[in-house]
Amino acid sequence: MMLGAVDGVDADAIIIGSGPGGAAVAHSLTQAGWSVILLEKGRNHLLSLQAPFAPLGHFSNDEIKFTQRHFLGPDPILEPRTFRRSLADGDRLLTGEVNNLPSTLGGGGVHADGKLPRFREIDFALRSELGPVEGADIADWPVSYADLEPYYAEAEQLVGVAGEETNPFAAWRSGPFPMPPGADMFGAQISSAAAERAGLHPYRAPTGVNSVEYQGRPACNNCGFCAFYGCPIEAKGDPVGMLRAALETGRCQIIPSAYATEITTDPARTRATGVRYLDLSVAPNAQGDAAVRELRAHHLVLAGGAFETPRLLLRNELGNSSGRVGQHLMFHFQTLVVGAFRERLWGASRGRSVTHLHDDHIDGDSASRAAAQAAGLPWIRGGIVEHGSSTGPVNEALLQGAGPHHPLAMRNSELRERLWVFTMQGEDLSQQSNCVDLDPTVRDAWGFAAGRVTYQPHQHELVTSNHVAPILEGVLRDAGAVWTAGSTSPPVGDHAGASPMGLAPASYHIMGTAKMGFDPLNSVVDPTSRLWDLPNVIIADSSVFPTSTGYGPTLTLVALATRAARLLTGNPLRQSQPT
Amino acid sequence: MQTGLTPTQTLSLIALMNKLVPGDDLSPAAGDSGGAEYVNMLLTAFDYDPPHIWAGGPFSGRHGGAASFENWLELGPWEILAWKSRIEDLNNQYHAGLDSLGPELAEISDEFRELVFTHACEALYGDPVYGGNREMSGWLAIDYRGDSQPKGYTDQEVSAP
Ligand SMILES: Cc1cc2nc3c(=O)[nH]c(=O)nc-3n(C[C@H](O)[C@H](O)[C@H](O)COP(=O)(O)OP(=O)(O)OC[C@H]3O[C@@H](n4cnc5c(N)ncnc54)[C@H](O)[C@@H]3O)c2cc1C
Ligand code: SF4
Repeated sequence: MMLGAVDGVDADAIIIGSGPGGAAVAHSLTQAGWSVILLEKGRNHLLSLQAPFAPLGHFSNDEIKFTQRHFLGPDPILEPRTFRRSLADGDRLLTGEVNNLPSTLGGGGVHADGKLPRFREIDFALRSELGPVEGADIADWPVSYADLEPYYAEAEQLVGVAGEETNPFAAWRSGPFPMPPGADMFGAQISSAAAERAGLHPYRAPTGVNSVEYQGRPACNNCGFCAFYGCPIEAKGDPVGMLRAALETGRCQIIPSAYATEITTDPARTRATGVRYLDLSVAPNAQGDAAVRELRAHHLVLAGGAFETPRLLLRNELGNSSGRVGQHLMFHFQTLVVGAFRERLWGASRGRSVTHLHDDHIDGDSASRAAAQAAGLPWIRGGIVEHGSSTGPVNEALLQGAGPHHPLAMRNSELRERLWVFTMQGEDLSQQSNCVDLDPTVRDAWGFAAGRVTYQPHQHELVTSNHVAPILEGVLRDAGAVWTAGSTSPPVGDHAGASPMGLAPASYHIMGTAKMGFDPLNSVVDPTSRLWDLPNVIIADSSVFPTSTGYGPTLTLVALATRAARLLTGNPLRQSQPT
Repeated sequence: MQTGLTPTQTLSLIALMNKLVPGDDLSPAAGDSGGAEYVNMLLTAFDYDPPHIWAGGPFSGRHGGAASFENWLELGPWEILAWKSRIEDLNNQYHAGLDSLGPELAEISDEFRELVFTHACEALYGDPVYGGNREMSGWLAIDYRGDSQPKGYTDQEVSAP
């Protein structure tokens, strides 16, 4: 039984995808009195859909379930994706798991460890501030930091972000963080002290994890199973807080196991009228097909994430008069520097995976400017460096390899308990040729073309990584590391064939595939996140980002989604001021 | 299709796992610590209802709370199809691979070796509910507590262990 069933529609809005973006829109629209139906293709392991919407208790500290057995989906047997670096690789280089964020109620928010920094003023005006780079598409965003600040503040409240104002590079804020930061990991204190000795400015990561009881959910108890795991005690706020609040209004219906495949439109294809979806909660019929259902609404919200949203649009041949849907795919170019210590750091078994960051390599210094100049680039920008460690023993054992050395190597645990990792989420320049498109032959279990990634980094990413990696190795050695090593994802150069993280980018920060702009000729959505071609459709995920910046995308996509929803209901937030 | 391992295959698998992930004075070998039980539970997962694929939650009971890992989770209809197909494939690989092992365990393809090694690691260091890591011997050897909920760790244990 559907919610609204008025005016010939089932709800005011249908939202496709229940990750942080979709959850933020569900929250905002229902608060404004709209009825929404939220379709999620994955299963519901998050919360009961009956009041009082209690946790289902499916999450646990279980490495097998979460990292080895596709518990949160997508299962690559049902939903394969493909990858190639360029046309030279042919139709594809590999088939299977490519940047698989979970497909489950709550999306990637469920198992992210949620470092949620804001972007800075310059991130929204890179072209004006720094100028173009040959071979890349450097654009200003059609919104400024000041436009977005009130929505950042609201997003932090909704998710529940714990942090403090000690990052010297951070943009201005209109108010404090909702919670103080949580416990510092032991290893992060050591790496932060060494970073400070190197003249860097580490700070406690703003994190979407409760440091105190917040909105009825408990404080984190540092269980050590954070990145890649659902939280067994609901201390992670993203996106369960927003989904529960939407359900509590009585105006939100969530339908899990509902795979939206078709956007229905008016005959002129200028307005969406609804969605057809496959009901995956029932077994296939005798022909092996899934049951098809249809819903109608006044508005449609696409929040399937920056991989699935363009795939859906491309399959439906909608929203693409610019030809840009799927193009300008960006990840963060990851530079991973590891150091093995004599002492036990406990990083992989206690705490929230990452508790400290530093931003110094984003703006850089005279040395980074010299590195840019030497490479013939006008500028380079890195990204946040995460101080952390989080491999479980199964994954360490796989890395240690077979043979007589295995038992001693596992007891010494150089790749887990004594390892510390710096991960730089480097800014990835937008290139039109990097894209998600439809694989010509590989199909999912329901016969739809698999999404295919074509991706190669720009010279900028390689130069930045080569410049920053030795600095990070130096910090780890000064911190006491016995040995250090660096690699990148995607792998490049000598490592290209041998990376344990695979050939495709391992980044779960996916952006840019339906970018926002001022001009319908070269962008997919307008400055309010509406599709230029179908104005009653908004996109509420990081597809809309014109640039990647060097910060995690999630808080910004939640802020943008909230803004788009509030603009849709005529309920925008007022401009804010620095405190 | 035969599911699960015969007694002969079980002995071969234990020997192979012990070779790939051996023990020493302080650590158990993967086969001796329940590696074959782990594989057998996976190969026969659909003999149980719910299938023994995803253990339940939220707590094991070892650190407080009601023990619930044995409350195996239901799969959705399409997940059942995917896992049946995966497990059928695994059964075939195990039967073919183990039946063709020579006496020195030398007749082994790279692909089968990789499969057995992966399962040996999962068995020895995964939660005991999946059939391996007998009496938590894998974890004890590396001084690893495993799951910690709902007790978790105090801020002091995280910051100054
Ligand atoms: C281990 C890990 C750590 C991370 N840490 C951080 C971090 O520290 N900071 C940060 O900023 N980001 C982090 N991320 C990334 C973060 O998870 C993503 O940025 C975020 O989840 C994206 O939100 P989204 O709503 O756009 O999409 P998603 O979270 O991907 O959600 C989209 C949902 O839509 C569903 N869907 C897709 N297509 C359809 C369809 N056709 N029909 C129905 N449903 C559909 C999917 O199943 C999915 O559940 C991390 C990710 C991982 C995996
Ligand atoms: S570390 Fe904290 S937030 Fe993360 S899963 Fe454990 S209790 Fe939850």
